Amino acid sequence: MNEMVARTDTLNTLTADAREFEGKALRAQLARSTRLEKAKALLLVLPLLLFIGVMFIFPLADMMLRSTDNGPVAELMPDTAARLLDWDQFTLPDEATYAALARDIQTAQKERTLGKIATRLNFELSGIRSLLTKSARKLAQMESSDESWKQRLVQIDQRWGELATWSAIKRVLPSVTATFYLSSLDLAYDAKGEVVRKPPERAIYVDNFIKTFAISLGVTLSCFILGFPVAYLLSVLPTAKANLLMICVLLPFWTSLLVRTTSWIALLQTHGIVNDLLVWLGILSEGNRLDMMYNMFGTVVAMTHILLPFMILPLFSVMKSIDPSFMRAATSLGASPFTAFIRVYLPQTKPGIAAGSLLVFILAIGYYITPALVGGRTGQMISNFIAYHMQQSLNWGLAAALAVILLIIVLILYWLFNRIIGIDKLKLG
Amino acid sequence: MRKLIRFTSVMALGLSCTISIASAAERITVVSFGGAYTNAQKKGSHEPFMEKTGVQILSEDYNGGLGKLRAQVESGSVTWDVVDLETSDVIRACDEGLIDTIDVNDLEPGTDGSAAADDFMPTAVKKCGIGAIVWSTVFAYDKTKLATAPHSIADFFDTNKYPGKRGMKRSPKVNLEMALMADGVAATDVYKVLSTPEGQTRAFNKLAQIKDQLVWWKSGAQAPQLLADGEVVMTTAYNGRIYNAVKNESKSFVIVWDGQVMDIDYWAIPAGAPNKARAQEFLVFATAPEQLARQSKFISYGPPRKTAAAMVDESMKKHIPTAPVNLTNALAADAEFWADYEDELNERFTAWLAN
Amino acid sequence: MALPIYATPFQRAWHYTFRFICGLVLLFLMAPILVIVPLSFNAEPYFSFTQGMLSLDSAAYSLRWYEDFFSNKMWLLAVKNSIYIGVASTCLATVLGTLAALGLSRQHMPYRGTIMGLLISPMIVPLIITAAGIYFFYARLGLAGNLWGLILAHTVLGTPFVVITVTATLSGFDISLIRAGLSLGASHSRIFFKVIMPLILPGVISGALFAFGTSFDEVVVVLFLSGAEQTTIPRQMWSGIREQISPTILAVATLLVALSILMLTTIELLRRRSERLRGQSPG
Repeated sequence: MNEMVARTDTLNTLTADAREFEGKALRAQLARSTRLEKAKALLLVLPLLLFIGVMFIFPLADMMLRSTDNGPVAELMPDTAARLLDWDQFTLPDEATYAALARDIQTAQKERTLGKIATRLNFELSGIRSLLTKSARKLAQMESSDESWKQRLVQIDQRWGELATWSAIKRVLPSVTATFYLSSLDLAYDAKGEVVRKPPERAIYVDNFIKTFAISLGVTLSCFILGFPVAYLLSVLPTAKANLLMICVLLPFWTSLLVRTTSWIALLQTHGIVNDLLVWLGILSEGNRLDMMYNMFGTVVAMTHILLPFMILPLFSVMKSIDPSFMRAATSLGASPFTAFIRVYLPQTKPGIAAGSLLVFILAIGYYITPALVGGRTGQMISNFIAYHMQQSLNWGLAAALAVILLIIVLILYWLFNRIIGIDKLKLG
Repeated sequence: MRKLIRFTSVMALGLSCTISIASAAERITVVSFGGAYTNAQKKGSHEPFMEKTGVQILSEDYNGGLGKLRAQVESGSVTWDVVDLETSDVIRACDEGLIDTIDVNDLEPGTDGSAAADDFMPTAVKKCGIGAIVWSTVFAYDKTKLATAPHSIADFFDTNKYPGKRGMKRSPKVNLEMALMADGVAATDVYKVLSTPEGQTRAFNKLAQIKDQLVWWKSGAQAPQLLADGEVVMTTAYNGRIYNAVKNESKSFVIVWDGQVMDIDYWAIPAGAPNKARAQEFLVFATAPEQLARQSKFISYGPPRKTAAAMVDESMKKHIPTAPVNLTNALAADAEFWADYEDELNERFTAWLAN
Repeated sequence: MALPIYATPFQRAWHYTFRFICGLVLLFLMAPILVIVPLSFNAEPYFSFTQGMLSLDSAAYSLRWYEDFFSNKMWLLAVKNSIYIGVASTCLATVLGTLAALGLSRQHMPYRGTIMGLLISPMIVPLIITAAGIYFFYARLGLAGNLWGLILAHTVLGTPFVVITVTATLSGFDISLIRAGLSLGASHSRIFFKVIMPLILPGVISGALFAFGTSFDEVVVVLFLSGAEQTTIPRQMWSGIREQISPTILAVATLLVALSILMLTTIELLRRRSERLRGQSPG
């Protein structure tokens, strides 16, 4: 169809004013064919793009939304929610609100939704779960009396007479919340609704983000220190020998992550091979075996082992392309081998260093499996806390907030990688 | 490439055939704590049930807690049919509508003809769960590796007298109670103390005394493993797991019953279980006296109903938590306390661990 | 790198020290993989060498963990599932990824950088985040707790590898080959199958192998998405490591090492073939 239009177009222009229109028509034709080419290219990419969009990007975005989602309390406690709408937050609510609360608690208990309310509220103010369940139990046992609901509830637990409890309830009523982001930065609301730092014994995440950074940095650094000499050796050895040694790099790369983690456990545990060897050699006494597994050390060692090929391979491919005559020229001009290395060789390996380090760092910062299996108490990283809140504490909002923060960090690094090295330069194997 | 595609599609087709054939038989997924305990359940209930009904039972392991269950129910993709839950989890799951209610009148009567409601221990019948075992968390040591034997829960926390690492479950439950008992709180007062902020701090402080020496386990099978590997000199553990290691793996482990924390495990059916009728059938079958008694042949957990307890072998009786000789300083876990306080204590425990 | 005759003693010393250091690093890389192979033949249920093993007593070695593996229903189910999921997701990922790579390598591809970045992102986003997102979403579509969910999720994770390897093969692609074909009167489809396909095939296959390897080793998504019935090899290993450390895991690990040697060899052969075809010297 397009072609036909193009042809009649051409014909028309020619019959009219040939010279004047020829240029234009050609340009139009060119533009059209470029458009066609573009469309063809896009059409080839489209299936995967759609697939990734629906099966990956959309689910991620959907999960991210949970980080600000306030949950179902407003629907589950409708009367209280309505009463608290224009509560001033400076004085305790009126009797009608207390009555509404008592009603809502009793209904929720009957409908078996109190657990949901309690769970959400407890994320807002620790301890509300027990307050609610206790109140529900006591309210059920209570005989009718002349006392006001306020008196009765405060009698059950004095926390009903505290502003902090009520402002926590008010905070979970709007559809959007900042609580989870605050929590992931170790912040919380106080009784007056102001943002304050959590007490040090309850603050975990800022320290853990720092720790995650430190572990990733440590792993990147040790990968660099171990990987650089090997990559260099591989790049200068004759091909046959280099290929043989390359197997030592590629085999771990192709070996299952769980296999490698398992073998590190076998090597490093208290009664593992390394400790046995050290005891056998007389370096350690039986009672002084080293703790190398189930702590940060074990995490760093296992992660370094797993990520080392990601450092060696980019370094190798850059070093391979460096002309050895530069070094020879430098030394023949009187530079010491050390100076020649620092001033001439090292700068040329920069693209490899950047690619390897960024790749290792990006992969390390989101690591989950290895720290979970060998990290023990001290080797846990932020991903482990995301998993903990996903699967154990079920604080999905907090898990999502932590995930968003981690994702932003990773995406910045990814953007940097793309900017400096170019994602299409990424080579595998 | 075409060959490759043909090859893979033939393979995929073949596999899909085998899979669809395999899933033709009726199947239910029964979830429990794995290891020696699940093995006993398999011999006690799963296998006879499969034989009787022809329904396949797929056994899945988990480490307790409501995480996975709640994720399944709330996301609407329940794959579990029957699940073994601890008391506090039964209460919470029931409160949140995660498990279905169960009518006690549907259960098998006792062997003496008494109604199930009378035959079961009163605490073993909950609105949404039926008791399967009475179990206990105790601490144990390897007598070949310890010169002097520890006798009390205080010894577990005494690293001067008994140097070496300790294993504990990575959870505040039971640990805080044991810490308080070791700190001199009487078993009867433990939960009263633990309900106060000061009491909680006291328990955490006691744990902190041995924090550097603690190795954390997550699943029941890990605890005896830690002891066997020499990673720890003492560990808390489920009593049945230690019994199993001694009986079936001829380990020289010894249980210290002082300061034990008893609890009941329940069978429950998740809301929206895919094969609800069969799940119900299994639950009734597994909580019948014969099955409960048979199960106790394989692991030292007690049946929570009278006529089943009467059928427990003489040789096993002294190993179950409720044996009078084991009860001198014992604590029954307060499920309501944990249903209420679990979230906040978990949060505090996580922060305490991380710092 | 051979040491020149005129090297000073210091250079000589440094030369050997350097090689020694490299040797240590290579040992660090290989040791963990090699050490589990003999351990998997341990007759005792320990993770470490027994006296008998060290003195090469044949009674200290046995195949019991392999027997255990081959007679355990859960492990066999895991193998079946892993293969099924691996093959299916690899097929999907290869088709989608190759098409996309062909598109991305066209001269007139608009927004190439952005689209490439988007398509590679499943490789970069931390797995735990992917798993969490996928879990909530797939569960709503009824894809949790059955093999389809895992197949689709693993396809997502596998496509970046195919895109990268195929794009890399195409980057050295000489466009004049197509023109030559066209000028000789070949049809477009004939050119695709006779010229393009043989050239990109090594890239396609190594991409497919990467995708298969990824799926075969993936555990985080499986942990979130699968029930007992969808257990896979990595999931069984995971719970084995966390819960009941038995040397059966070492037997499985050894089998997996054999598999990785196989995959590595294939990739290496393909790489050489590809370079030969493109007229580059074998590296």
